[in-house]
Amino acid sequence: MSNHKYLFFLGCVIPYRVPSYEVSARKICEKLGIELVEMPEFNCCGLPLDPISHDMATALAARNLCLAEQKDLQIVTLCNGCAGNLRKINKELKENKELREKINGYLKGIGMEFKGNTDVKHFIQVLSEDVGLEKVKEIVQKPFKNLKVAEHYGCHLLRPSKEVAFDNPENPKVLKALIEATGAKCLDYIDETQCCGATIIGVNSEIPLELTREKLIHVREAGAQALITICPSCHLMFDTNQPRIERKFGEKFDLPVLHYPQLLALAAGISPDELALKEHKVDVSEKIVLFC
Amino acid sequence: MEASAEIAKPIRLDPRFRREIMAISGGETLKICFQCGTCTSSCPIARFSRSYRPRQIIQMTQLGMKSKVLSSDTLWLCAACFTCTDRCPQGVEVASVLRVLRNLAVKEGFVPAVYRELASNILGTGYAYRITALQIRNREEFGLPPLPKANIEDIAKLAQSTDLSKLIETRGTSSV
Repeated sequence: MSNHKYLFFLGCVIPYRVPSYEVSARKICEKLGIELVEMPEFNCCGLPLDPISHDMATALAARNLCLAEQKDLQIVTLCNGCAGNLRKINKELKENKELREKINGYLKGIGMEFKGNTDVKHFIQVLSEDVGLEKVKEIVQKPFKNLKVAEHYGCHLLRPSKEVAFDNPENPKVLKALIEATGAKCLDYIDETQCCGATIIGVNSEIPLELTREKLIHVREAGAQALITICPSCHLMFDTNQPRIERKFGEKFDLPVLHYPQLLALAAGISPDELALKEHKVDVSEKIVLFC
Repeated sequence: MEASAEIAKPIRLDPRFRREIMAISGGETLKICFQCGTCTSSCPIARFSRSYRPRQIIQMTQLGMKSKVLSSDTLWLCAACFTCTDRCPQGVEVASVLRVLRNLAVKEGFVPAVYRELASNILGTGYAYRITALQIRNREEFGLPPLPKANIEDIAKLAQSTDLSKLIETRGTSSV
């Protein structure tokens, strides 16, 4: 069954703060016959260091890409930041000879060379392109009946579009289709593709909280009962920081935030107890599980 | 409030600054910006910041306001969402130009504390964050496999050859 085999790139934010995403994604992989090969010797994708050293960010990404090339596997990752940076740099290194020679100069010191024969995919892309929507639908045993949700795609899967996108950056559809495969209705709302601001929270915490609050307002106004995310950093903004936003702005949202694989797993009949829902700050269990 | 007369101070311009940025990979498109403002009007951060305006940073860079641009806190507010780059009608790689400016600011000694911390975590552990013993135990309770071990020696060598080590070591701990 397993012709879907990938090197699993975990990244940093998931093991640090968001285990529920990994737990639920692994359940879905088991269910769909996606084989995840654990990745030893990995390092950060490089994105966090891009603002201070593009060279180091590129070298870190390139080292991960070399590990995948050595194993002759494609990389799958759950994080938009990792997917975005690895995809972007993989493309640049493949197409830009001058850059490739420069980076290979750095890699020589650690006995590696970028050759350009691997690819990087986000989990959502694996589901939509490799596994296919029809196969995803096949595992749905208990479709949601009256559940209305909204999606937050996040930035680095869509932009810069000429380097990373596999969906329309101004009007993305792939995640919506995957959500509707669970029976839930996916609503449109204002500024759907707008950034949550997570990347600058270490420099300025006010602006990301305002951005996230505005999105929560738009999602609520659309009538969504939950928000579906596919990036651990976005999850931190919408779920982990939601109580902080409620305190700061003196308003209640109480909007459950689910990782897409959690939503799919519930519809696939996997027990809510197996999905680490209790890790979330905003209570999910009563509100969403009941719709199954 | 007392009205105070503002005395205009001369601004130091560096006519070579523009060329310096355009010579660095990612900075090439600085020249073709015609100041339409699509970047700022598309920017999620600009909507909530009183000071961050990507169009303005590009303009100041074109004019050669080197020290003002590189020492500015607002340079660090770009969230790298790339909406500006995607929507620019001229094809200016706005986010990349800003990244080139930030990288240069670091060489001049302006490094926000958070980036020092991220770099130190990555050099020390391979991860951008310090993963605690509790978080590792949590993984076991969830039945997750052990955390991959990073190769710190390789990372240290890359930091040496890309000059990252030098950039964050030599400048004390002061921050923007």
